[in-house]
Amino acid sequence: MIIKIVAIGIVATMLAIVLRKEKPEFAMAVGIVAGIVILTMIMNDIQAVLQSIKIASEKAGVEPRYIALLIKIIGISYLTQFGSAIAKDAGESAIASKIDIGGKIAILLLSAPLLFALLNLIVGILP
Amino acid sequence: MDTGVDLIFKIAAIGVITAVLNQLLINSEKKELGLMVSITGLVVVLLMVIKEISYLFQTIKTLFGL
Repeated sequence: MIIKIVAIGIVATMLAIVLRKEKPEFAMAVGIVAGIVILTMIMNDIQAVLQSIKIASEKAGVEPRYIALLIKIIGISYLTQFGSAIAKDAGESAIASKIDIGGKIAILLLSAPLLFALLNLIVGILP
Repeated sequence: MDTGVDLIFKIAAIGVITAVLNQLLINSEKKELGLMVSITGLVVVLLMVIKEISYLFQTIKTLFGL
């Protein structure tokens, strides 16, 4: 598995370097597709990891709503990183930083209800 | 949907072929045809990449419950 991933990465890198001189846009396409191929290869493993986290948290008695939120946030950060890395690869660091900001805002929005719940709890405890 | 290295090879091959054709056409003083070839190659590759990206997004959506 890991050998396959490293081999795909090395081959894609070499192809991208060869293409970069003549056609930079094709080099970018090769990079994107290599990223997608590797991510799809590890999808099953990610699912297994998430499943084990869910089982462990159920045993620990954590509310499943919170774990679902956590998994959502992990997914958002994966997607954001994927997009911003591609933009950065193409030399557009401005677009990359905007994608990063978008991901941060999305995570903040998702976690805002939790934050308010915590604040309410603290206010309720205070005399 | 063919995941795997063959897709990377396919895209790289399209890139090489377009680059060679572009050079040939430019050397035989047909610059506009060379441009057409580059744009066509780019569109073909973009169509392939867009399919893959939508597949990846679908997978991530179902996996993380987004």
